[in-house]
Amino acid sequence: MVNIVAQQCPFCPIKLKLIIRLFNKLQRVPMGRYMSKRQDFVVRFAGEGGQGVVTASEALARIASEVGYHSLTFATFPSQIMGGPTYTQARISTSPVLSPGDELNVLVALNEEAYETHKGEVAADGIILYDSSFTPSGNEKAIGMPFDDLAKEAGDARTANMVMMGALASLVDMPVKYLQEFIEKRYLSRGQEIVDANFRAIDFGIEKASESPFNLGELDSPNPPDYKQSMMKGNDAISLGAIRAGLNFYVGYPISPATTILLYMERNLVQEGKFVYQASSEIESINAILGGGYAGKKSMTATAGPGFSLMSEGLGLAWMAELPLVVVDVQRGGPATGLPTKTEQSDLFSAINPAHGDVSLPVIAPGNVEECFTAGVMSLNWAERYQGPVILLTEMSLAERVQNIKKPDLDTVNVENRIVYEGNNGYLRYDGFELSPMPIPGKPGSYIANGSEHDSMGDTTHLPSRHIQMTERRFSKLNLLKDGDFEEENANSSIVLMPWGGSKGSVREAYNQLRDSGLDVGWLYTMYLNPLPEDLLIKLRSKDLVIVPELNYQGQFSSILRSYGVKAKSITQYTGLPFKVVDLVSSINDLVNQTNKAVIN
Amino acid sequence: MSKKNPEYDFAWCPGCGDFGVRRAVEFALNDRIKETEEIIENTVVVAGIGCSGNLVHLLEDPQPFGLHGIHGRSLPIAFGVKMANPDLNVLTVAGDGDFLSIGMEHIAPQATRNLDICSVVMDNGVYGLTKGQSSPTTDYGVKTTSTPYGKIEDKIHPLKYYLTIGASFIASGYSSKPRDLAKLIQAGMEHPGFAVVHVQSPCTTYNDTYEILKGNAKKGVPGLMYDIPEEYDRTDRLAAEELINSPGIPVGIIYEDKTRPSLTAETNRITESVKSRDVAQLLSDYDF
Ligand SMILES: Cc1ncc(C[n+]2csc(CCOP(=O)(O)OP(=O)(O)O)c2C)c(N)n1
Ligand code: SF4
Ligand SMILES: [Mg+2]
Repeated sequence: MVNIVAQQCPFCPIKLKLIIRLFNKLQRVPMGRYMSKRQDFVVRFAGEGGQGVVTASEALARIASEVGYHSLTFATFPSQIMGGPTYTQARISTSPVLSPGDELNVLVALNEEAYETHKGEVAADGIILYDSSFTPSGNEKAIGMPFDDLAKEAGDARTANMVMMGALASLVDMPVKYLQEFIEKRYLSRGQEIVDANFRAIDFGIEKASESPFNLGELDSPNPPDYKQSMMKGNDAISLGAIRAGLNFYVGYPISPATTILLYMERNLVQEGKFVYQASSEIESINAILGGGYAGKKSMTATAGPGFSLMSEGLGLAWMAELPLVVVDVQRGGPATGLPTKTEQSDLFSAINPAHGDVSLPVIAPGNVEECFTAGVMSLNWAERYQGPVILLTEMSLAERVQNIKKPDLDTVNVENRIVYEGNNGYLRYDGFELSPMPIPGKPGSYIANGSEHDSMGDTTHLPSRHIQMTERRFSKLNLLKDGDFEEENANSSIVLMPWGGSKGSVREAYNQLRDSGLDVGWLYTMYLNPLPEDLLIKLRSKDLVIVPELNYQGQFSSILRSYGVKAKSITQYTGLPFKVVDLVSSINDLVNQTNKAVIN
Repeated sequence: MSKKNPEYDFAWCPGCGDFGVRRAVEFALNDRIKETEEIIENTVVVAGIGCSGNLVHLLEDPQPFGLHGIHGRSLPIAFGVKMANPDLNVLTVAGDGDFLSIGMEHIAPQATRNLDICSVVMDNGVYGLTKGQSSPTTDYGVKTTSTPYGKIEDKIHPLKYYLTIGASFIASGYSSKPRDLAKLIQAGMEHPGFAVVHVQSPCTTYNDTYEILKGNAKKGVPGLMYDIPEEYDRTDRLAAEELINSPGIPVGIIYEDKTRPSLTAETNRITESVKSRDVAQLLSDYDF
């Protein structure tokens, strides 16, 4: 459900949807291309957990990217280990993909329940591939085939995915050589037999699909980027960014959708001078990395809502005692156990204010897989720079999103290290109102890192003058973080879109469509949510309306912006799923028109 | 240093057992420095919250590093400090409430990992700082500020617990004998694994147990505490069980297993056996 906070829609939604469809169609036909060639297509694989639904999307995305297309996947997981309804989606395009796609060009339904659940989202000219173990009741454009039987016939029951790939390739006239190249790359190490079975599976799929009268029209040939690429998930990008920034201490506790970061570190952060460990709880994780940061390491943990809540007290201690560390919060539906396998942007309030008392934690929220890498680097840089805890706020849909990105350039990354105290004993660690060099245990300069209010040497005190000094000292350090980058477009417009986090791509797609339709709306975006870049805040304050699409009920970011004197309104959604572009376009249109009317009146 | 710091506004009550524990820690650290020629800044004292945790502010100059954190979390913090730099000598100081109630969940993991630190537990059978509530080591039936009609849970037996969860060094000490206690703490610091030194450190204000512990010669009442006999074999687990299951509180080293590898040794073993890859190699996994 899409809600416009405190607003009513004055336009007929049906009419709007029609206009939007028209945009979409026009968009697919850029200048100089033939009408008949398709520029992108969206496939959803739906079935039971364990049926290879997840790997199907990833495989398709990988195949497409390897031959020069752009791709992006979206996954929801069943909450049970084996079985349970689930689906994943892949969008393949001749240009970089921003969102998972609203309508399905192809639905691959592995059972009847999946067929019935998802058929409503198939586009008017879309096609359904289904497992012929059942007979559909409706009259959709549907092609049935016995995926499992064909796989067995191909020589390996595990090749059912490839039967589907063959059928898909046939529907968009994609050359079979692309699929074959992919199979050789991936399976040759496991033996020629497996490769051959996969080849046969593809042929079966092609054969079956081409027997049907349906076709989606030829997918235009790829437009391979002229830069080196990587294909990874958001969580991989965070891990790599952090390691590039010098991460050498990681302690974490398993929790979806953050576990992949722990597993990555357990495998790869193994070297002299580095430490990685699975803790006994998130309370242990936070306190351990706090000890690591105190002892001189660049330390990090990753968790999701429930674990993040358990870390509150430790985060307060890190802020109070001025200890550098990074906590990655991969948001999922909350509160409590909430929706462990769904996406949401509802932890922003608690990311900034996780602990009791006067705290305001720095928050970096990446908007796509590429930014996840940068956020991994910058969160550690910030922690070292201001000597305190930093929250890297990402979310389920981004964590699991597989995307082809420009390969991060490791050489141009700027790594920051903390200012270390190098003098003799008798140092006043917490002297003054600003950041000061930090002693490291093992060398002179001993002090007490104290979670109680303290004097300049770290001893507990209750003097009002000290609490004033230390509070102001802690907050003054945030000034060191106000130079973050931000994006700006159509700067003269008095109404701007300002998405945050993983909603960036869908909102960007909506923005592009609205601009093409002639709507006067601007774009502002940053991943540095707290503190906001100073210059960005000045711009935000000058606008008549700042529209913040976000996946939570309260409109958390817009409410923060309003507290800074920005005229911000949210478009909220709390389904556990990402925004659909079509919904955003209509909600934004409404808000802009209302505001314009109000201004004219 | 805090003793000379006019701003520091905490003080133990006269007669508090924690004074003796502080002396013992100072003795142990001084002896260690003399023997190992290590600098005092190589030691980190991680303190819990309670009257006991204030020990970290009251040590005489020159000071070790300190971290006075939050209630119940001295162990996970010490885990982080130690594994960040295994060359450090890491000590925790915490009360019975901090260590065995709110912090209970952290003891077993350090024991099973055999984390190479020494934990000094200051047991006064009460919550001192919050003014006299019952603690896990308060006896059944005792009236405290939070059990006005008498405590209705059994107390836990810390020494039995440490042995059960696999602590590789367990000692029992007494705050009024700081020289002896210092020896236990020093042995705990030297022990290559998880060492717990559980200290009877009476609270004169809320639970004055001096007479129960020492006995009263005039009244002819024997004390609960007794020294462990010379011939006792502290590497014998069954003997340790027998010792702590018999009446009274034995004082000395109860159990010691130097054969088990510490967490540091285990992580070194893994590090040496795994070929590490730099970030460029890691990134290349995602090339296509
Ligand atoms: C999370 C949390 N809960 C409660 C407290 C309040 N508190 C402070 S010290 C303490 C108990 C101290 O008892 P003990 O650990 O035995 O130390 P003692 O004062 O007896 O030395 C409590 C409950 C706190 N500081 N933090
Ligand atoms: S209340 Fe008890 S434990 Fe606390 S300082 Fe006083 S005597 Fe010591
Ligand atoms: Mg106590």
